[in-house]
Amino acid sequence: MSSFRIFDIAGSALSAQSVRLNTVASNLANADSVSGNPDEVYKARMPVFKAVTAPGDGPAASVQVLGVVESQAAPQQRYEPGHPMADADGYVYAPGVNVVEEMVNMISAARSYQSSVEVMNTAKDLALRTLTLGK
Amino acid sequence: MSGIDPLFGIHAQALQLQRQRMELIAGNLANADTPGFKARDLDFRQVLAATQAGADLQRTHAQHLSTASDGLSGDPLNGPQYRLPVQPSVDGNTVDVQIEQAQFADAALRYQAGLGFIDSRMKSLMSALTGQ
Repeated sequence: MSSFRIFDIAGSALSAQSVRLNTVASNLANADSVSGNPDEVYKARMPVFKAVTAPGDGPAASVQVLGVVESQAAPQQRYEPGHPMADADGYVYAPGVNVVEEMVNMISAARSYQSSVEVMNTAKDLALRTLTLGK
Repeated sequence: MSGIDPLFGIHAQALQLQRQRMELIAGNLANADTPGFKARDLDFRQVLAATQAGADLQRTHAQHLSTASDGLSGDPLNGPQYRLPVQPSVDGNTVDVQIEQAQFADAALRYQAGLGFIDSRMKSLMSALTGQ
């Protein structure tokens, strides 16, 4: 039903933004998960968005999460010889999570989510009004 | 007269156009964070002109199919156009959320207006039919 395509589009945005919020939550939760091995330390995750147009569905594009990639930022090396996770030289490695960047991502995702909810609400109201035409 | 409904005039098609616009703008808003995405919208004036011109071929036989477009899709002339970015971003995305929200509200309002026109037309037709 083509008149309900707007719900698919707004819904795709909601799910994409919630994936983004999930990765932000994961990154913030693990911002202090240190490790004694720089290869095993947590890496910040981020989703990759892509615009998709379904064939025969008109020009409007929904959004799709292509995948979640791991950040290439180098882990932070800290000298903490008393730390239980410290390696032989007394270093621990913290993930290269930029907390400020994650907060900005969170705000942006929340705003995009909100505007898609508004779009959905408006579309629902208009669809309901269309159904009651002539009454 | 092609494509223009004798009962409801241009409003039925205007509704379709505004619905398509809302779909496009919802897509723009959905892709506000997609790198490289270009925002698009339909030009009402252009579509209106094309609909009024009604590019219908003369039919010499009753069985011939009409070329008049019943909707707005599939016509490259009336296809959506890219929005000119006010503040282009580094990742190539041209979606300006404020503009899109304003345009969405505009399309929703015009859709409601169209519904109102059709609704009152229906009511007057009904009163003409029932004679009360």
